[in-house]
Amino acid sequence: MTDARTTFSSPLDLQSVRADFPILSRELAGGLPLVYLDSANSSQKPRQVVQAIEDHYLKHNANVARAMHQLGAEATAAYEGARDKVAAFIGAPDRNEIVFTKNISEALNLVAHTVGGSLKPGDEVVISEMEHHSNIVPWQMVCERTGATLKWFGVTDDGRLDLSNVDELINERTKIVSLTWVSNALGTINPIKELAAKAHAVGALMVVDAAQAVPQLPVNVAELGADLVGFTGHKVVGPTGVGVLWGRYDLLASLPPFLGGGEMIEVVRMTGSTYAPPPARFEAGTPPIAQAVGLGAAVDYLSGIGMDKIAAHEHAIVEYALEGLKTVPGLTILGPTEAKDHGGAISFELDGVHPHDVATVLDTRGIAVRAGHHCARPVHERFGVQSSTRASFYLYTTPEEIEALVDGLGFVRSFFKVA
Amino acid sequence: MQLDSLYQEIILDHYRSPHHTGLADPYDVEVHHVNPSCGDEVTLRVELDGDTVTGITHESVGCSISQAATSVMSDLVIGKPVAEGMATYEKFLELMQGRGNVEPDEEVLEDGVAFAGVAQFPARVKCALLGWSAWRDATARALAQNESQDAAQQEGVSNA
Repeated sequence: MTDARTTFSSPLDLQSVRADFPILSRELAGGLPLVYLDSANSSQKPRQVVQAIEDHYLKHNANVARAMHQLGAEATAAYEGARDKVAAFIGAPDRNEIVFTKNISEALNLVAHTVGGSLKPGDEVVISEMEHHSNIVPWQMVCERTGATLKWFGVTDDGRLDLSNVDELINERTKIVSLTWVSNALGTINPIKELAAKAHAVGALMVVDAAQAVPQLPVNVAELGADLVGFTGHKVVGPTGVGVLWGRYDLLASLPPFLGGGEMIEVVRMTGSTYAPPPARFEAGTPPIAQAVGLGAAVDYLSGIGMDKIAAHEHAIVEYALEGLKTVPGLTILGPTEAKDHGGAISFELDGVHPHDVATVLDTRGIAVRAGHHCARPVHERFGVQSSTRASFYLYTTPEEIEALVDGLGFVRSFFKVA
Repeated sequence: MQLDSLYQEIILDHYRSPHHTGLADPYDVEVHHVNPSCGDEVTLRVELDGDTVTGITHESVGCSISQAATSVMSDLVIGKPVAEGMATYEKFLELMQGRGNVEPDEEVLEDGVAFAGVAQFPARVKCALLGWSAWRDATARALAQNESQDAAQQEGVSNA
């Protein structure tokens, strides 16, 4: 580690970033400091986000769009203001292209249900073996319902999308290509722009699961070339309960509604209803108002620091962690072992110790990691393992925390007598 | 300290060399149980003679706690009447759900008392219960299956 330590350099002032996240300085049972390496699961929240939510509830709370009073106007302005902030954050050309959902699973289900609803037998949907279950199961469901066929990209031994048969997979029968931008299990960053061009060349739509990308990469959906992009609030230092679906406006405007109810309608008669234009068409019922306000504060926070700096920090930390993990005997990294095109999550196997036991032993040292299949069982099957341990990083992760992980893994090996 | 109370030597011994592994023939019922949240899996076969558990064998992938618990469960239940096995399960469940406030009964639980520390780790309780849930399911099915076979046989006799 000594060599790597001397080369670690981040554009972020970690001390001042960490001061914004009170939870990072709390003590765990036994007086242990927290080493939080589970941000791909859920990120921690800065004071600014929590305060925005508190301020909303304590001073401006009312329902949106339908309350004819001052508080209603303030709540509406705050909610719609969050839409503007999110649109700017991801480079959406039009604020009406931002649909608030409850999380990215709902966003992907919305897409599968509305876009996928017009699929016919013979049509094909293309996903990949490295998808999160939320970008597999909705497509399996819609293919079952419509008779369309689900196809998928394999994964190479070094954890990249296997593009050797791309022109076979994306063909004239393909209607939808839906891929993760950054793998939550392997950390792989996929070449979305190139694949979107391939999809468009055959007239298919490109859907992107950006749950792990939006937190750590500068995103411009207009330049990405995709048609629909989803992400979730709680992974971008925002609250739980709010997700985002971005879609090209003309595409959104051509889609049928998803959930029916209040606020998504134009005129309701007992004989039938007409629907509001996007985004309201897809936001039935009272939306996650305070959560959207919190998300607005979250993207402001990230923009204030600078997504380019966050991406550079993430890259440096991943490189440092890969170096460190490679020094642990008996440890096998799943997926890419080089920092190039590697997002902020690393999954690994430790010879002779089950991941749950790894996680429990690390937990007793204050180190929080995830163990299991990380909602990506197929990619674990691809690598012939039942589960793995995953460490994931964010803008507040320090090199000292990586060292604590590496030391902790040495302790795990000696505790289970595999050292 | 806490770690040693979770990973007692008995548990690690069972984990390294689990008892009754390798799926045996003959058997009455085979079940496959999974813990969807973590991916642990167990395939378990049970054989009954009347109301007595004559055989349990299993193959599993999972953590030390789940593998050791399945091993200990097999030791505890094989050769016992089903009702006694179920009563032992109740005792074990009480221990697991006791958050460390239940004094384990060594007379009943034998090596199972080593799992007392698991109750302090709420995320791991489901690991200790996976093998038990597979055994209970397999046994319930075996009882129902044997009962209906007996009924069919009796019907065969009365028809003859």
